[in-house]
Amino acid sequence: METRKIEVPVMADLFARGEKPEYLFWVGCAGAYDDRYKKVTRAFAKILSYLNVSYAVLGKEETCTGDPARRAGNEMLYQMQALQNIELFKAYEITKIITICPHCFNIFKNEYPDLGGNYEVISYVELLDKFIKEGKLKVNTDTFKNSRITYHDPCYLGRANDMYDEPRRVIKSISGDVVEMERNKSFALCCGAGGAQMFKEAEKGDKEVFLERMEDVLKVNPDIIATACPFCMTMMTDGIKYKNQEEKMKNYDIAELIVMSLGL
Amino acid sequence: MTKQIVFAIALLLTFAVFGYTIARIIRFFSLTKKGFPIKNLGKRFMIMAEVAFGQTKIFRRPVLGFLHAVVFWGFCVIIFGSIEMVIDGLFKLEKSLSFLGWFYDFLMATGDIFAFLIAIAIFVFLFRRVFLHVKRFEGIEMKKISHIDANVALTIILVLMLSLLGMNAAYVSHTNAIGGEIIGYYPVSNFLAPIFSGMSIESMQVQHEIYWWTHILLIFVFANLLPYSKHFHVFMSVPNTFISRLEPLGKLRNMDNVTREVKLMMDPNAAFAAPATDAPIERFGVKDAEDVMWNNYFNSLSCTECGRCTSVCPANTTGKKLSPRKVMMDLRARMKEKGPQLLKNKDFNDGKSLVRDYISEEELWACTTCNACAKECPININQPSLIVDMRRYLVMEEGSAPGEIKAMFNNIENNGAPWQYSPEDRLLWTKDLEINVH
Ligand code: SF4
Ligand code: SF4
Repeated sequence: METRKIEVPVMADLFARGEKPEYLFWVGCAGAYDDRYKKVTRAFAKILSYLNVSYAVLGKEETCTGDPARRAGNEMLYQMQALQNIELFKAYEITKIITICPHCFNIFKNEYPDLGGNYEVISYVELLDKFIKEGKLKVNTDTFKNSRITYHDPCYLGRANDMYDEPRRVIKSISGDVVEMERNKSFALCCGAGGAQMFKEAEKGDKEVFLERMEDVLKVNPDIIATACPFCMTMMTDGIKYKNQEEKMKNYDIAELIVMSLGL
Repeated sequence: MTKQIVFAIALLLTFAVFGYTIARIIRFFSLTKKGFPIKNLGKRFMIMAEVAFGQTKIFRRPVLGFLHAVVFWGFCVIIFGSIEMVIDGLFKLEKSLSFLGWFYDFLMATGDIFAFLIAIAIFVFLFRRVFLHVKRFEGIEMKKISHIDANVALTIILVLMLSLLGMNAAYVSHTNAIGGEIIGYYPVSNFLAPIFSGMSIESMQVQHEIYWWTHILLIFVFANLLPYSKHFHVFMSVPNTFISRLEPLGKLRNMDNVTREVKLMMDPNAAFAAPATDAPIERFGVKDAEDVMWNNYFNSLSCTECGRCTSVCPANTTGKKLSPRKVMMDLRARMKEKGPQLLKNKDFNDGKSLVRDYISEEELWACTTCNACAKECPININQPSLIVDMRRYLVMEEGSAPGEIKAMFNNIENNGAPWQYSPEDRLLWTKDLEINVH
């Protein structure tokens, strides 16, 4: 098998050459810095190259959307970040944004318009679903033939934006053995990291939210927990460790599952 | 004639007391903030039809949801009978709505059946509250009075339904006994009528009178108790669904006063250009009851204390202090405490506030903004927006936040990311990226 090197296109470079990509691929802070989630970013970039999607990233010019600041009550900081981003998007004439983080997705889609930032915002989950439906991603159903997969709904895709079916269709395209946890879709339990909880210790209580969620997971006894959010990924991975399930189950993002079943 | 006069006085009293109570409550709204315009009336009617009349969110818990739906739908039908009783009582008529013909038969029949079903449902509710230990009905915000309140209201409804059935059954047996024509149709009461068969015709009539008066007077009393009870939701929940937030649950409200400030900061020239205003300094976020928007307060008055929100809250279910139901109940209680004073003197200050004296910082910081509560609330209350508004106050006016959160703010300010990494490293993930070519 041969390999091909991928050069990830950067907006400033393209613009200098007078090119304008169709999409901005918004990587997000977790996608750029979190060691585990970087793999998801890489997986998704592979898919974009594989399909010859016209895109670019902002690279060093990217900055926080302001989501954690806003949920934590720092509206001032959020708006400074947002207005700065909106200026940058204007400079690059950006109209379509793809995100791999539900929190970025939500804030661009629902909250930037209040500050004058109106874009077509697309979650990678929708995009994967669309490509699979159109037959552009011909997944190999052998890879996960013997894997039992359960999907953990991220609050910011699910309840916040009603996206329940798209990720499920993506997973069902690779495995026939998809199980639902008792709390799923709009009833799903939060991983415990949203609303800026990711950045602090949890308040005192009887247990951590992610452990409560792991109990839901353990009841359906999957081989793989599929996630679609960097925070959910951190929490589920921790949960697997705490419950000593590393031998038995893995946590993958749905973009990674697609890349694996495509053999990319 | 005496009967009519007594009735008219009772009715007048009911309206007077009710009007007084409602006027008092409405005045509290003048203390709250605007900023939640009601647009999209068509869409709102649809939501109201679906969530209130269709009881869709209540059905997220199917079994008890069904029982509640029976009570709700039953109320919607029985209310016509109550209106008729008022007309009859005032004008000394009998069955004044019977000109409606077949529709009248239908109303009476469904009302009669529903009275029976509601009685059963209420019986189940009471049994559950008194004998079963239901976690959802517990919690620090659920004081003894909350439980008494619920049980009293349920008992009143039970008596209302039993008196309605008694009234119908006595009517049927009396009319039969005097060989008259029964107006309306009463399937359940037909069945119950023989209970009165051993009585004299006069006693049957007296029985009918007793039930009639019990029923209507109890309605009058109940209507006036409701505003002081969690069962105020009987009035408030339908309009509350009408004022639902229409945006996706994930959206937070933009603070326009902050936008103005930030734009000035980003463009200092604008600061000189901007006309100097001597508008009073605005509050950032919510510190006390009068800082909330009117819809938040409306929500708090509508809250039924059902605890569906709290029972799905990840923070609460893992033993943290936060309870979204408590947030709603606290706002209501704080307004009740401070509102009357504020109305007299707008600078009133009792040294207390909603944040801290009612809702602790610990509670506020436990929220993951997952929206489970808002999704679950059967009457579309939005708790997270209020929780975030209180965080906004803490952060922007007091600079108070857990240390790690402050560090996160600093990181975003200095590095453009919540973690302490350099923007220079943003492309590290692209290194050695290869794809297999088949
Ligand atoms: S949004 Fe906050 S209050 Fe509501 S359920 Fe989630 S954690 Fe609890
Ligand atoms: S906020 Fe809604 S779900 Fe929570 S107790 Fe009140 S009515 Fe019930």
